[in-house]
Amino acid sequence: MKRSYDSMVNSSIEISSYRDQHFKGSRSEQERLLRMSSTLYIGNLSFYTTEEQIYELFSKCGDIRRVIMGLDKYKKTPCGFCFVEYYTRLDSENCMRYINGTRLDDRIIRCDWDAGFVEGRQYGRGKTGGQVRDEYRTDYDGGRGGYGKIIAQKFTPNTLER
Amino acid sequence: MNRRRAHEEEDGYERLHRKRRRVSENQEIEDRLESLILRVGEKSSSSLESNLEGLASVLEADLSTFRVKILRILTDCAIRMPEKCTIYATLVGLLNAKNYNFGGEFVDYIVKTFKENLKTGKWNAARYCLRFISDLVNCHVLAASSLITLLESLVDCANEDGVPQVRRDWFVFAVLSALPWVGRELYEKKESQLEHLLVTIEVFLNKRSKKHWPALKVWSTDTPHLQEEYLDCLWAQIKKLRQDNWSEKHIPRPYLAFDSILCEALQHTLPSIQPPPHNDNDTYPMPRVIFRMFDYTDCPDGPVLPGAHSIERFLIEEHLHNIIEAYHLERKECAAQLLCFPYKAKIPLEYCIVEVIFAELFNLPRPRYLEICYGSILIELCKLQPSSMPQVLAQATEILFLRIDTMNVACFDRFVNWFSYHLSNFQYRWSWEDWEGCTQLDLDHPKPRFIREVLGKCLRLSYHQRIKDITPETFSAFVPLKPEPIYKYSMEGAASLPGTEAAHQLVVCVRNKCTPEEALNVLRELPNPLREGEQPAAAQAAPHNPLKIDVFVQTLLNLGSKSISHSFAAISKFHYVFKILAESEEAQICILRNVWELWQRHPQMVCVLVDKMLKTQIVECSAVATWLFSKEMAPYFTHGYLWEVLHLTIDKMNKHVSKLSGELQEAREALARADSSSSDSEDEGGSKKKKDQDKPTEEAVERMEERLEAAHMDQKRLFLIVFQRFIMILSEHLVRCDTDARDPVTHWYRSTIGRLQQVFLVHHEQVQKYSSTLETLLFTQDLDPHILDVFHQFVALTA
Repeated sequence: MKRSYDSMVNSSIEISSYRDQHFKGSRSEQERLLRMSSTLYIGNLSFYTTEEQIYELFSKCGDIRRVIMGLDKYKKTPCGFCFVEYYTRLDSENCMRYINGTRLDDRIIRCDWDAGFVEGRQYGRGKTGGQVRDEYRTDYDGGRGGYGKIIAQKFTPNTLER
Repeated sequence: MNRRRAHEEEDGYERLHRKRRRVSENQEIEDRLESLILRVGEKSSSSLESNLEGLASVLEADLSTFRVKILRILTDCAIRMPEKCTIYATLVGLLNAKNYNFGGEFVDYIVKTFKENLKTGKWNAARYCLRFISDLVNCHVLAASSLITLLESLVDCANEDGVPQVRRDWFVFAVLSALPWVGRELYEKKESQLEHLLVTIEVFLNKRSKKHWPALKVWSTDTPHLQEEYLDCLWAQIKKLRQDNWSEKHIPRPYLAFDSILCEALQHTLPSIQPPPHNDNDTYPMPRVIFRMFDYTDCPDGPVLPGAHSIERFLIEEHLHNIIEAYHLERKECAAQLLCFPYKAKIPLEYCIVEVIFAELFNLPRPRYLEICYGSILIELCKLQPSSMPQVLAQATEILFLRIDTMNVACFDRFVNWFSYHLSNFQYRWSWEDWEGCTQLDLDHPKPRFIREVLGKCLRLSYHQRIKDITPETFSAFVPLKPEPIYKYSMEGAASLPGTEAAHQLVVCVRNKCTPEEALNVLRELPNPLREGEQPAAAQAAPHNPLKIDVFVQTLLNLGSKSISHSFAAISKFHYVFKILAESEEAQICILRNVWELWQRHPQMVCVLVDKMLKTQIVECSAVATWLFSKEMAPYFTHGYLWEVLHLTIDKMNKHVSKLSGELQEAREALARADSSSSDSEDEGGSKKKKDQDKPTEEAVERMEERLEAAHMDQKRLFLIVFQRFIMILSEHLVRCDTDARDPVTHWYRSTIGRLQQVFLVHHEQVQKYSSTLETLLFTQDLDPHILDVFHQFVALTA
């Protein structure tokens, strides 16, 4: 009974296939941490989404320990993701169940388990300083700086960013 | 099972290997059986009857090997999926017809489960057990006479003296809620006993106290829908069912198709069941009111909404609540299950779903699950039925808004939270103009208050310009002010303020990354306006210096005003200064006052900062409570965030007490375990020593007890402050109105007394511990009856 029941009630909180390539430790260690974590990665935020908005929404699942905004590595401005840390695993599970896939600032946001914040992980890892996905995407997204960085350069080839 | 022994003879190894294979085969078969049983009744290419027949044959064949597992799985399913009760009962009936012994074993097993659930306080599970046992009469597994004896003994428990009413209520509720299944059968076989049972129940219902009822009503008026007490409602529904000779058409009864087989089976009788007696620590389900917001006129042409006192309404609502209970952890699945409700063609399904979800959301004292659980399920429902669900929700919102004048204030808050959250997922699209009439109403009237609060919450989820953009011009009075800090030391007129120079110095100092001591130095020269005359510095016990606090708190927090993280960093860096300044309760209240002065246009920041200061122990809970009830905050009594701060403060205290209590419990258990095991292991020198090191010392446990006791004292003091202030402020109002010969029942009064009630309800488990103190010290007989009533209703909730 437990096996079928478990899958009935736990699919929202399963870990995804994403693994942090910069994680210091083995895959199994990372997975172990993901399964007990109470830190969540939140993605697809608008660059203009504020910490206050994040606090307001995510407090609905429990007491927040802290929010760490994701920043452009060079500009040090928000680049569309953040980490939300709860005090308990239960609160973060509720976040996966009820907030993941709903809207914040009119955008559908994605929540995923994170193995734990480490200094440096608040910076984008894309070449131009933001998130990797903003380097390669080809659509126009007004909340995330317009076109993806690589194709944006094709429009204005003389303004390469360093 | 996987251990390989190196020197095993081939013969033995083969045996082991064969056994291992058999075990894993067994596991597979068990899993398959479990899956088959779990899924019976779900969508299938064959009819339910043929599936049941097939499954019964399969199970019969496996009875010898898997008897115990099958007993367990069948029982688990019947309890976890009570809406499939009749399906599983039919299955048991078919098995009983094939194998009388198994039937007997099943009866024993389900009775054992029933008793176990009663003993461990699993009241819902016990109720579903009883329903299942009752349904077994329909399948000729149990004799009707045996069942009626059981029901009689349960109803006897309702007439026991000296036990809480909530316990007695449960027994009657359990029996009544089983009757829709088995009423007809009992009517045909044991009519006079059934009648007698109902008379006993009726007498009980007439005698029981309903003091708790007003505290649980979502609306205080009875129009257009009476907020019925739950037992009253069910009784009315059962009486109507009886009038219809117990024929109900809602519950599917697969056993009818197998009547010829089943009536050949031999029936069993129940063993005698003695419900466990009441113990002081036992808790029982709280009473409820039945939430109604729709009647059949609200629904468009189509299937009719069953009447409030029809048994169908009860069964449908039970079923929908059970679906939510089963799937509340998976919102998409929950929405899907709700929408494929098996009898949806017969009812206006979306209306029933919305009513049931709001029933849970507005449930008093508290909703069963997180508010956002319901909010997100409603969003999923809108996604799955985009052409009907949003319209029903809009209609529901209009109805709730129309009746908001008499809505309980706790429910009002939840309505505000839900509506703003829902709007934030749908681009804030709403026909605000339809509510333009509210601009003419008194600002404290619930309707304009609702709009203001909703826009305030929407602002928190978005930004100021957005709120201006989504509201019509006429709503400008409702749009919150731009949420900026008000820093008086850099505004016009700052030159005449006593603290301005120090404030500017502090700004420079902090920007130059000064230490906390250096910051304190800047404040050192500031005079203390509280000190009368000239006193040498160390002569008398100095009161706190409000000017120092003003300059420091407002300047520092203004410097950190860019974001929550900036403010937290500032508090963290200068925590030392805060602690020095927050020397007394008055000083802490002064700090809070200054936080408020700076951030009064940004209620969210006030909440977040107070929360942080509690966490970092800059201020104490009692200081926050005293501050909230102070004269300066009185004008904001009808603003939601004042109560947000109060409840987060009480929550913090409660969590602290719970944490210490839990830790003490664990330590005591660890100590007890270590003690009992060390007495058995005197020979094991080394390991005993390790156990001694692991277990907590008696002194450590004693210290934990002391800390818990201190925490309890703090908690009691906090509640005393809160309730005392409520009483003072309400009594003042009543006396003033009496003197001026005015009607005391103003919007402010209704809202404030609602807030008092909210404290009782939201924190009832914690407040209960201090009931007698509250009764002796505060809620005495000489109090105004309206105020005293709130206390009595609270006591009645668990009486």
